[in-house]
Amino acid sequence: MKFLPDQVVVRLQTEMQTPDLSGTRYRALELLGHGGMGTVWLAQDSILQRPVALKVLAAENSSVDLAARLMQEAVVLARLEHPGIVPVHDAGTLADGRTFYCMKLVEGQTLDHYVRKLPLRERLRLFQRIAEPLAFAHSRGIIHRDLKPANVMVGPFGEVLIMDWGLAKIMAVAGASSATDQVSQHVTDATGLSSIASQVSEHESTRTDQAEHATAHGTILGTPGYMSPEQERGEVNLIDQRTDIFAMGSILQSLLQEPPGSPESEAYSRPLRAICAKAMSAEMSARYPSVQELAADVRRYLDGLPVSAYRENIFERTARLVSRNRVAVVLVLAYLFMRLLFILFSRR
Amino acid sequence: MAPNPQGDAFPLTRHSVVAAAQGRDPEERSRAMDAITNSYWRPVYKYVRLRWHLEREDAEDFTQDFFSRLLEKDFLASYDPAKGKLRTFLRTCIDRLFMNQLRDAHRQKRGEAAVHISLDFEEAEHELAASTQNGSAEDYFEKEWVRTLFALAVERLRVQCHAAGKTTQFAVFERYDLGDEDSRPSYAALAEQFHIAITDVTNYLAFTRREFRRCVLAQLRDMTGSDEEYQREARSLLGVEAK
Repeated sequence: MKFLPDQVVVRLQTEMQTPDLSGTRYRALELLGHGGMGTVWLAQDSILQRPVALKVLAAENSSVDLAARLMQEAVVLARLEHPGIVPVHDAGTLADGRTFYCMKLVEGQTLDHYVRKLPLRERLRLFQRIAEPLAFAHSRGIIHRDLKPANVMVGPFGEVLIMDWGLAKIMAVAGASSATDQVSQHVTDATGLSSIASQVSEHESTRTDQAEHATAHGTILGTPGYMSPEQERGEVNLIDQRTDIFAMGSILQSLLQEPPGSPESEAYSRPLRAICAKAMSAEMSARYPSVQELAADVRRYLDGLPVSAYRENIFERTARLVSRNRVAVVLVLAYLFMRLLFILFSRR
Repeated sequence: MAPNPQGDAFPLTRHSVVAAAQGRDPEERSRAMDAITNSYWRPVYKYVRLRWHLEREDAEDFTQDFFSRLLEKDFLASYDPAKGKLRTFLRTCIDRLFMNQLRDAHRQKRGEAAVHISLDFEEAEHELAASTQNGSAEDYFEKEWVRTLFALAVERLRVQCHAAGKTTQFAVFERYDLGDEDSRPSYAALAEQFHIAITDVTNYLAFTRREFRRCVLAQLRDMTGSDEEYQREARSLLGVEAK
């Protein structure tokens, strides 16, 4: 028996962890990162000759439940066709038994890295763009449940993509079951994965019937710091789009933080803080009812209009009006000053 | 009784090798014990050298004694796969045997076992010197277990490739995946060395790695106490969903 040095053992172990892509059109190129459920690999699609990203269930997580959850993530992504949501191309089970799905390779930076040097108003505009795909998902009855800066990618041209829908909750909406059935059937037809498709189908039909089955009541899912109180308490049945609005409030709050050494700025303005506070209210009923309304408040702030989350006093209103109509105010002041000079000189 | 160096004699059934070793069929039992001895003697020898600081000869005697008792005294009869891993059970047996021998002052009787197993301690001693020893003796035992698992799987792969006339495939795998990091050749260099195309190198490596994965799983079955342990190890150690 040949003795294997430590480095060879490590190499072989790493090799074994590499997904077995035999029988697929993909070739693993590089490990891109580790997610909550699995690993993401850079792979080459040998037929279409393009790089793609493969999300493969981590070996230690290869339980039936998690395999079904990863497949559900693929199904959710397939249902959400929007420029702000990464498109999924394929899904199935690899020769080594691991569940995977293939998606577009997203190049860019996570939100927290991207915004570091951006001025506040640019950050707020970026925030509005995050709201768009999220509003679209909500309109399709899907709650992300794990929104955070690390799950938002900003591409080289400033395009925003919401990633990692692994914890997404599918709400009961009209037509959801039939859509699920269609997707499941498609997966079965394309890959012969009847067992997985049926798992997904079972999960989803149960979710549709009972609001949430796969995530039992009392289960805590999410990321500390971005989790809503109802998530922290494990009140799965209460979760709806306002749960994501809480997380959006947390993201907005993180966007307001100026880099160390920056002069104090409008990031500390009361309206913005009020928007955060409203979005992050402990009481779900006190939050914005929809992500569109949250985004609209941010837009009003950017446009120099009063925001719904904050009742300003007379001084603040005056200051805002002056700030918004700076040119007009300067012209009026200039006119008044000239008029004053004219009166003074005409008296002499 | 000499353990099979290839480690491939044990039939690849869905039944645990331990169940076979505990069974009534003497032939199957003997082959199962061979498989266990072949898989575990190195980690056992190295473990007692480190854990109990035994001198080389004492460690050799102890290892012989341990596996003899495993054969003769039906140690495995008391193993319950539901309670833990086979290797943890064996490690506990080693520690108990050592403590008993110490207590009974029968250490001088080591080496008097009726059954002598042919084990290459010289090689194990070289391996011990070559491997790094960080952490506890228990961690080291685990690490040696993984090393033995892979080494035996490589042997399986070698035998399999030679039998199938795929010696070049194995040679490419050996050069690329089993060589030193510093002297790891490029695909182009391998293609030139074996007079094959670079795409062949890619294909050969894909083939041998896929087969190696199967060999590891086959070997893992021989080294685990139950289907559950086998499944668990396959998932956590190798990253695959074993079938």
